[in-house]
Amino acid sequence: MKMSKSPWLLHYDGSSCNGCDIEVLAATTPVYDVERFGVVNTGNPKHADIFLITGGVNDQNKEVVKQLYDQMPDPKVVVAIGICACDGGIFKECYNILGGADKVIPVDIYVPGCAARPEAIIDGVVKAVALLDQKREQMKAAESAEGGAEHD
Amino acid sequence: MSTRSVVPFGPHHPVLPEPIHIDLVLEDEKVVEAVPSIGFVHRGLEKLVEKKDFNEMVFVAERTCGICSYMHGMSYCAAVEHVMGVEIPERAKYLRTVWCELSRLHSHLLWLGLLADGFGFESLFMQAWRLREKILDMSEASTGGRLISSVNKIGGQRKDVDNAMLHSFVETLNQLEPEIRTMVRTFLEDSAVRSRLDGVGVLSKEKAHDLGAVGPFLRASGIPFDIRTTGYLAYGDIDFEPVTSSEGDSYARTAVRINEIFQSIDIIRQVVAKIPDGDVAVPVKGFPKGEYMMRVEQPRGEALYYVKANGTKFLERMRIRTPTFANIPPMLEMLKGCQLADVPMMVLTIDPCISCTER
Repeated sequence: MKMSKSPWLLHYDGSSCNGCDIEVLAATTPVYDVERFGVVNTGNPKHADIFLITGGVNDQNKEVVKQLYDQMPDPKVVVAIGICACDGGIFKECYNILGGADKVIPVDIYVPGCAARPEAIIDGVVKAVALLDQKREQMKAAESAEGGAEHD
Repeated sequence: MSTRSVVPFGPHHPVLPEPIHIDLVLEDEKVVEAVPSIGFVHRGLEKLVEKKDFNEMVFVAERTCGICSYMHGMSYCAAVEHVMGVEIPERAKYLRTVWCELSRLHSHLLWLGLLADGFGFESLFMQAWRLREKILDMSEASTGGRLISSVNKIGGQRKDVDNAMLHSFVETLNQLEPEIRTMVRTFLEDSAVRSRLDGVGVLSKEKAHDLGAVGPFLRASGIPFDIRTTGYLAYGDIDFEPVTSSEGDSYARTAVRINEIFQSIDIIRQVVAKIPDGDVAVPVKGFPKGEYMMRVEQPRGEALYYVKANGTKFLERMRIRTPTFANIPPMLEMLKGCQLADVPMMVLTIDPCISCTER
């Protein structure tokens, strides 16, 4: 079963201005409707396959971001939404911003924009879905190689 | 005597698009105390005045919050214009009023959607957001941006909107109004929805006043306080009354915001009928010197912009007091004595905007 048939999203607002968060939500509503790809927005990291993070990270929220990432089952894909999540954006020089989301967790896909448009977010999610299948295949291959070694 | 337990609420919570953490101290299912901890979205953008000059700060001010972005940029510009003694053209004032009301419309529709999502009515959430997209289309057509428009500058607007487009906006709003009326009927009349809102989270008139609530949260408790009545921008020429309700519960807050949607549509109609022709910006020379405090009515309530300039290109200080910041103490008061299951709804009904609050 391909995972790309129904990837679930988890969204967390790092320290974004809200613009990208609202666009992420807008991407799930009728006009843009990312749900037609089988994507469901979930609030539970343990159900999620794709982690959408908006905004840069700071000292207060970096543990939260890490925990959410760790709670997600493998395979998982992280999409950084908006320029702040990519590298800090306009707030890069603020004293409380460590930088983009990749300072704390590994990011697979970067969606630029301020605020990132829903079309761009959908594009990022579609790319993430393809990557999810790829990661799943790699996991399977690694598992069977491991299993094979045990039998020998 | 029942034992006390602490239930953490947030920072990541399904009903909250933004992170805030509240420790709820419970006796059985009853909340006896709520202890907030904030700072998850703190960026420290006020300090950026030392690194970005007063013209660049317009873009930073707009990114205080992505929902009321236009109003943040506008209030910052208005504050600096006051300091510099710049009087912007009448047309720019009217255009700013149109965009302010458009952002209020999209913010209130967005909030209605989130509220519906909060009590688990997903199709109503989708309906509210479907209608909101039409407002965003208007923003995009006139400013080029859906949420963050960047049309403000010190001395006026970067873009003019021709009268034909403004009239087409009124036309679209005329078509949208009956659709919104159909949608909000579910909020106001549906018995399942009312069972979640009626009598939940009552804030008395005295408490709302004493604890300094602002915006629809205050007006739903029966105090007709709206900064727009002071007549900044073009509001002085417009005929409107603050929307109030006397119950002070979640239903009253919903009703106030719903009525404000129709009020905003009406204000846009009046502005478009009265808008004068002319320039939309005046040239600005020199650097600001002095200080000013600007108060505006944002979708969530009164916001306060303070700027202090010393005659160089960098401001000395910028301070933003946002509406949600003012609304947190009354919210904590309101949470005392409520049921645990009602907490998400009650937090939602103040329309929290955490990225504004923490800046």
